[in-house]
Amino acid sequence: MNGDVGLPAFLLLGALMFVCGAVCMATKRNAIGVLMGVELVLNGANINFVAFAWFNPLFRVEGQVFALFVIVMAAAEAAIALAIVLNFYNNHTSVDVDAAEELKG
Amino acid sequence: MSLQQALFWIVASLTGLSALMVVLTQNIVRAAAWLLFALAGTAGIYFLLGSDFVGAAQLIVYVGGTLVLVVFGVMLTAQGPFVNLKAGAGEWAFSLLIGIALYATLAVATLATAWPASDPPPADYRSTANVAALGEAFLGIREIAPVGDIPRVYPPRNRTRVSYLLPFEIVSVHLLVVLIGAAYLARAKRRRVVSEAAA
Repeated sequence: MNGDVGLPAFLLLGALMFVCGAVCMATKRNAIGVLMGVELVLNGANINFVAFAWFNPLFRVEGQVFALFVIVMAAAEAAIALAIVLNFYNNHTSVDVDAAEELKG
Repeated sequence: MSLQQALFWIVASLTGLSALMVVLTQNIVRAAAWLLFALAGTAGIYFLLGSDFVGAAQLIVYVGGTLVLVVFGVMLTAQGPFVNLKAGAGEWAFSLLIGIALYATLAVATLATAWPASDPPPADYRSTANVAALGEAFLGIREIAPVGDIPRVYPPRNRTRVSYLLPFEIVSVHLLVVLIGAAYLARAKRRRVVSEAAA
């Protein structure tokens, strides 16, 4: 139980994490910094899932199940993204995302 | 102010501050440390929301697994102890403008919406949201079709047992394939260097 803390407080916290992740993806030039932004975005969405699961008794199990799926997907995404970053670093000796311009049209 | 409220504000301010510092700090190692606090604070939010298993999974998978991967990535791609890859001031200003506008939109939408009054029943939450209920939902044992006031969406005679066993299997095989692919992608490819050293 969380007393008088209502649903909008949790949604605002989730929105804050989402926006922080989006700005992080936009402003970091380090590829791993971009990856951290993705993690923040997924966590913001997960807070919304769990908050709705708690405040809507009809979907108390579903919200947690979706949150667990998102956590597993985030782990897979982090693994594959870090492999790509390591490969990129082996080829360019840099993790600057601005250095990836071979495919520039 | 009740204890739950105080706990929420402490954990939420820690989480929000850490998320902000991930964005604002320029050092990638410090960003990783702030991300650790943000993810741990998120796990605390899950515990406050009565989702024990999701909070534990967050701590184990995110804080214990994903963040260690990220830190290893930072260490393996370090070009120097304090390399700063800074974005330009114009990019910062534009991104902050977009971010503030996005947050204002989300906040207005959240606060302007009349959420249906749904008080979480304290008496039965242990019987509906614990780990056993979650496991039964994954296996499809329990009938978890909604029984509330939306009978047109879920008519009672069509109420079936909803199982998450197939998505669970798909996600586990997906994780296995992704990890094998990541190990293949990130393997050390230094054949040229080795042949030069041997020659």
